[in-house]
Amino acid sequence: MSLQEFFHMGGYAVYVWSSYAIALVILVANVVAPILQRRKLFSQLARRQRRERRES
Amino acid sequence: MLRFFHQLGSPKYFYHIAGRWIPWLAGIFILLVLAGLYQGMVVAPTDYQQGDSYRIMFIHVPSAWMSLFIYVVMAGAGAIGLIWHMKLAEVIAISSAPIGASFTFLALVTGSIWGKPMWGAWWVWDARLTSELILLFLYLGVMALYSAVEDKRTAARATAILAIVGVVNIPIIHYSVEWWNTLHQGPTVTKFGAPSIDLRMLIPLLIMAVAFKLFYLLVVLMRARVEVLQRERNAQWVRELVDAP
Repeated sequence: MSLQEFFHMGGYAVYVWSSYAIALVILVANVVAPILQRRKLFSQLARRQRRERRES
Repeated sequence: MLRFFHQLGSPKYFYHIAGRWIPWLAGIFILLVLAGLYQGMVVAPTDYQQGDSYRIMFIHVPSAWMSLFIYVVMAGAGAIGLIWHMKLAEVIAISSAPIGASFTFLALVTGSIWGKPMWGAWWVWDARLTSELILLFLYLGVMALYSAVEDKRTAARATAILAIVGVVNIPIIHYSVEWWNTLHQGPTVTKFGAPSIDLRMLIPLLIMAVAFKLFYLLVVLMRARVEVLQRERNAQWVRELVDAP
């Protein structure tokens, strides 16, 4: 099987590869979302702790 | 073993042990996906009826399985949280909802993309598709309800009840292709006797199914860790963690 044949997917290239692309996007989003949330929470809590220290 | 579960109930312990598991889960997941994709896209033969379009199956079927599996986990964890007031179960339940929703969405979208060349339509209101769409709305309902209630413990209790009620939809989805005349094809893997699928197609399908299960475990732990931090924001160990990350 040639590389061209592989990407051609027997004429179903658009359907097959768009499915895999969407799957990739969704999986990546699921990994990135908690990382961003965690970072946001940490900076929030750090700000709160700095403020508390200043006040005390 | 009992000690292990007892310690797992402690948010701090959970946070650390989950953090140690995450890189391992990610590594095994990547290896499995690469193996599954190679087997599915290169080794598996072309289908005599559907041509190469059937290769969508290797993501469509595992994500559809995951959409059901995660829902059962979510409702089960919600029930455990309701009955034994186990905070960690509440956290797992609510962390599962967006992941389950995204797998349901993926199953619907890839099914639609597969349906277009095979059935000639992006969407038909057949029993399998409609019940899976209802599953997506159940997930979204759980997420909306949780974020709408201010007190997170009350929110967890309310969403657990919603999730448990929604479990009736799970057997409906599973048996829909048998109970009704659907355009969606019947089961080829889980039916009794030998599965009516070529082994070279079955193996990558099962590899991808295991990979997706690991992926769920990976991202549910990531989400649960953030949720634990959020709930324990006033605890001493979280304060120390923020000071020295």
